[in-house]
Amino acid sequence: MADFDQELDATGLNCPLPILRAKKALGGMTAGQVLHIIATDPGSVKDFEAFAKQTGNELMESKEEGGKFLFLIKKS
Amino acid sequence: MSGKKLAIIATKGTLDWAYPPFILASTAAALGYEVQIFFTFYGLQLLKKKLALQVSPLGNPGMPMPMGMDKWFPVIGTAIPGMQSIMTMMMKNKMKAKGVASVGELREMCQEAEVGMIACQMTVDLFDLDPKGFVDGIEFGGAATFFEFAGEADITLYI
Repeated sequence: MADFDQELDATGLNCPLPILRAKKALGGMTAGQVLHIIATDPGSVKDFEAFAKQTGNELMESKEEGGKFLFLIKKS
Repeated sequence: MSGKKLAIIATKGTLDWAYPPFILASTAAALGYEVQIFFTFYGLQLLKKKLALQVSPLGNPGMPMPMGMDKWFPVIGTAIPGMQSIMTMMMKNKMKAKGVASVGELREMCQEAEVGMIACQMTVDLFDLDPKGFVDGIEFGGAATFFEFAGEADITLYI
């Protein structure tokens, strides 16, 4: 796992909360910083792809590890 | 940011149907959409400061019921007095257990994201609703107000 600047624990949260929390977290970060998100909602895999595509923030990594979904998003 | 616009008409005032407008509005706002929701008829219940939304199994054959009641006592089972409160409680507990946001929470996120909320003046008057009972930041208007925004919207949903 690459370095990140901030972490968001979205475990146990369901749609659309992981996206909304991520958006909020990114709002408080500066361009180029990386947010690490931990989620358990399987729907978040497609949702974070769509989120990145539509907001222009880069989804650097998306993987599953021990039943958790981990994402790295770089703020644009 | 997308610069797109989403217009929603919210017409339903039950716990289950409160979700689609607020989920879509908050998510669209997070994606950079400018969003406005026009609340009319029973949808006005979603604007009340004190939310008292219920879900009814009555006339809803798609709703899963405890102990297979919908299979053993179709229609009648859903009409038993008190069933609405029971189903509302069960639904709320289930949502909490599964990490689904409450309606109030989603509405707050919409407000934070500056989702525009318009209460239909005609139905507010029709039902003698007290505007003081609504959350702050609501505007009041009619069909023409809705079209002012919806006419420029990329997506318009009637819920």
